[in-house]
Amino acid sequence: MDLVIARPEGLYCPPGDFYIDPWRQVERAVITHGHGDHARTGHQHYLSAAAGEGILRKRLGADIDLLSLEYGESINHHGVNLSLHPAGHVLGSAQVRLEYKGEVWVASGDYKVEADGTCAPFESVRCHTFITESTFGLPIYQWQPQNEIFADINQWWQSNADNNRASVLFCYAFGKAQRVLSGLNPHIGPILVHGAVEPLNQVYREAGVNLPATQYVSGMQDKSQIGKSLVLAPPSAQGTPWMKRFGDYSDAFASGWMQLRGTRRRRGVDRGFIMSDHADWPGLQKAIQATGAERVFVTHGQIHPMVRWLCEQGLDAQAFVTEYGEEAAEAEANLSAETEGSPI
Amino acid sequence: MKAFADLYNRLDATTSSNAKLAALRDYFFAVSPEDAAWAVYFLAGGRPRQLVPTKLLRELTLTVAILPEWLFEESYHAVGDLAETMALLLPESIHTSEEGLAAWVETKLLPLRGLAPEILTLQLIPLLQQLDKRSKLVCIKLITGSFRVGVSRLLVTRALAAVAGIDAKRVAQRLVGYTDLSARPTAAHYLKLIAPVNEEGDERSEGQPYPFFLAHPLQLSTDQFAAAIGSPEQWQVEWKWDGIRAQLVKRDGQLWVWSRGEELVTDHFPELNVLTDCLADGMVIDGELVVWNHGAVNATGQEELKQVQPYALLQQRIGRKTLNSKILGNLPVVILAYDLLEWQGEDWREQPQSARREQLEKIVLACKQPQLQISPLITGESWQDLDRQREASRSLGVEGFMLKRKDARYGVGRTKDVGVWWKWKIDPYTADAVLIYAQTGHGRRASLYTDYTFAVWDSPEDNPNRKLVPFAKAYSGLTDAEMREVDAIIRKTTVEKFGPVRSVTPTMVFELGFEGIALSSRHKSGIAVRFPRMLRWRQDKPVAEADTLQTLQALLPQASRPANKDVA
Repeated sequence: MDLVIARPEGLYCPPGDFYIDPWRQVERAVITHGHGDHARTGHQHYLSAAAGEGILRKRLGADIDLLSLEYGESINHHGVNLSLHPAGHVLGSAQVRLEYKGEVWVASGDYKVEADGTCAPFESVRCHTFITESTFGLPIYQWQPQNEIFADINQWWQSNADNNRASVLFCYAFGKAQRVLSGLNPHIGPILVHGAVEPLNQVYREAGVNLPATQYVSGMQDKSQIGKSLVLAPPSAQGTPWMKRFGDYSDAFASGWMQLRGTRRRRGVDRGFIMSDHADWPGLQKAIQATGAERVFVTHGQIHPMVRWLCEQGLDAQAFVTEYGEEAAEAEANLSAETEGSPI
Repeated sequence: MKAFADLYNRLDATTSSNAKLAALRDYFFAVSPEDAAWAVYFLAGGRPRQLVPTKLLRELTLTVAILPEWLFEESYHAVGDLAETMALLLPESIHTSEEGLAAWVETKLLPLRGLAPEILTLQLIPLLQQLDKRSKLVCIKLITGSFRVGVSRLLVTRALAAVAGIDAKRVAQRLVGYTDLSARPTAAHYLKLIAPVNEEGDERSEGQPYPFFLAHPLQLSTDQFAAAIGSPEQWQVEWKWDGIRAQLVKRDGQLWVWSRGEELVTDHFPELNVLTDCLADGMVIDGELVVWNHGAVNATGQEELKQVQPYALLQQRIGRKTLNSKILGNLPVVILAYDLLEWQGEDWREQPQSARREQLEKIVLACKQPQLQISPLITGESWQDLDRQREASRSLGVEGFMLKRKDARYGVGRTKDVGVWWKWKIDPYTADAVLIYAQTGHGRRASLYTDYTFAVWDSPEDNPNRKLVPFAKAYSGLTDAEMREVDAIIRKTTVEKFGPVRSVTPTMVFELGFEGIALSSRHKSGIAVRFPRMLRWRQDKPVAEADTLQTLQALLPQASRPANKDVA
């Protein structure tokens, strides 16, 4: 029997009577991670990975009814054995493993296979049926190792600092910002953050993730240091009056979408750093293969090419219609959940 | 190739003109004149004819990257650029080539043209393997003739001027014709661009034309004219011809014809050769090439203007490789002269417009060849009076008026410092049309649905069975924000996908503007429009109120309207 089916409310587990990342309000919701298109308000009971509890309470409200599980810990609900396993996407992100009458399904939410130091690394889970994302499901998307990207970012920052020009780096406030932070070389200059970014840094630090010191521009004593600084801001800050205080700055955007020259030019920034918290094409293939699954459901992103490709590889692949990260919408970085918070 | 790829990346990585200027200067100082010569050629818009068929490049990528064709196509539609798609899909190489641009172009790339496909593939694969990812992208763009980076010709000119330590106008002058297809840039050509200024005036050697002076759109209402630009007496008013801007250069007993794209087009217009004898040496005339109906010569005054034939006919001539006598007979071309840039070997661009005009009229009068006509002047008591006369534009097949200040000198490109030309165009035709298909765009619109097909109703609203018929494609006119909004609606209202194209539930109405309308047997609607673009998004208008084929047909020139059977 199918352990997960698509319903108007979201992905549903019939024997367990609960949903995974539902987009309409339901009684029981298992949340893979805290991004706005997966974690929504208004459900009666939430279940998530313990590492993601801080984020969910910050975003959905401190008083939500939330049960959390350590990675690998399992509970039984209506005969369905459920456990959560690291997805390597952002802090607290999890793949949901469901086992019922010998049948194993894994719903992976969003995932990334490269380990990055700011969240538990992706863990491959064997299953009969795998539910995968396909945000970057085309062979044009192949990432460099992150140490090379960090080297590029630090070099860009250093050369701007040498010219006394602030370096403004736009990226999503949750996940990407902290990953970038973890790779910055704080000896180059001060690291300034936008008001939408800092609360999430706080959650990461509380979870024991080591991040360099950050400060608000308003709290900066020596304003002459602005030209030496790196500024982390959400994409929504681009073009706002808040940017004026940085004078003649150089700007950049960190996202997997920067892989394409067209997207980068559309962003209108000087530099694009290709850094994604999603798996690239080889990563998706590797992850799918490692599960040993014979059936694969593709939820969002490049659905059609991924389904066709997997079928040609001899797998039974199909699409699930979901409301996660509508294809290419993210290219415009207008995910409202990522841009909340006011500048400080 | 690496140095040129680095330049490309520096230019591509910034939107600041000063940073681009610095990048160009650094490059020109660093490389050999041979390399600089080719760099100027490509940056100023020169492109050799395609060296390798696109199809072969695609096949090569499939083979090397081991991909099914459909996956390559999907990738291409996401990227929106063939060279970039290939550079992303071909395996990353650990090599990089320090060899200069000139060596690459002359010894590796140009020899590829015309090779048999099997040999081409054998040669191309190792060539591309020598290049790192960024060099690969640039190299493939050179091969496909699609090399473009956000650098204007003016910026290249300024960079060269800085390198040479001479005036940018002088460089612009020397750069004219540099990117002509028949030209092969050499070190000597480059050194000539940046040579110290020579008193002898070597600038006007051979058939070299002058940089064209370009007009600016005048976007004011008529009652604002007097306050903004003064009275009509200060202006020379002419029709704005819908032809090809051209310069006739007559020197040393020879005639050259240059188009605005700075392409030498003498061979395309053999009927102008008769002017060789009547024009004196040391003369350059600026004007418009148009197809001319010599048969209507008996008419006078405004009637004469009906001798100008539609641009579509001129296009038929440009498109041909060989011109037979039938085409020359049916589509004869004349030049409508409107400016004099050189006379008796002297540069006249510093003379006021009125003086240039006066001399030009004498020249045309003395020439007495029908191939050389003067572009007539229009006079009016007031701007309102001229505005009324301008209403005749549509029926005369012109685009409105040109206003040229009588005391203006002839500038370079789109400058305004020594005088100004305004184009006072008539409003475009408009129609409210329904978006029915969308396709992803290219370049900075990659992966966004920005290229649309528009339809009108085939009959009025009282017909319950009426259908939408496509009649135009348009992709410009929306702001970035509107584009994103439309893109989101397209994704939500998709009915079917055919490769990169989506059909959508008709929900969006746009006001389209276009410059011309003609009958066409190639379009389902039977109508073709020229330069269609979106003027605005009619969010206030329901689909049912979009225009009909009948409203479009009513815009057709009287003579070409279809018989009434469709209209009923």
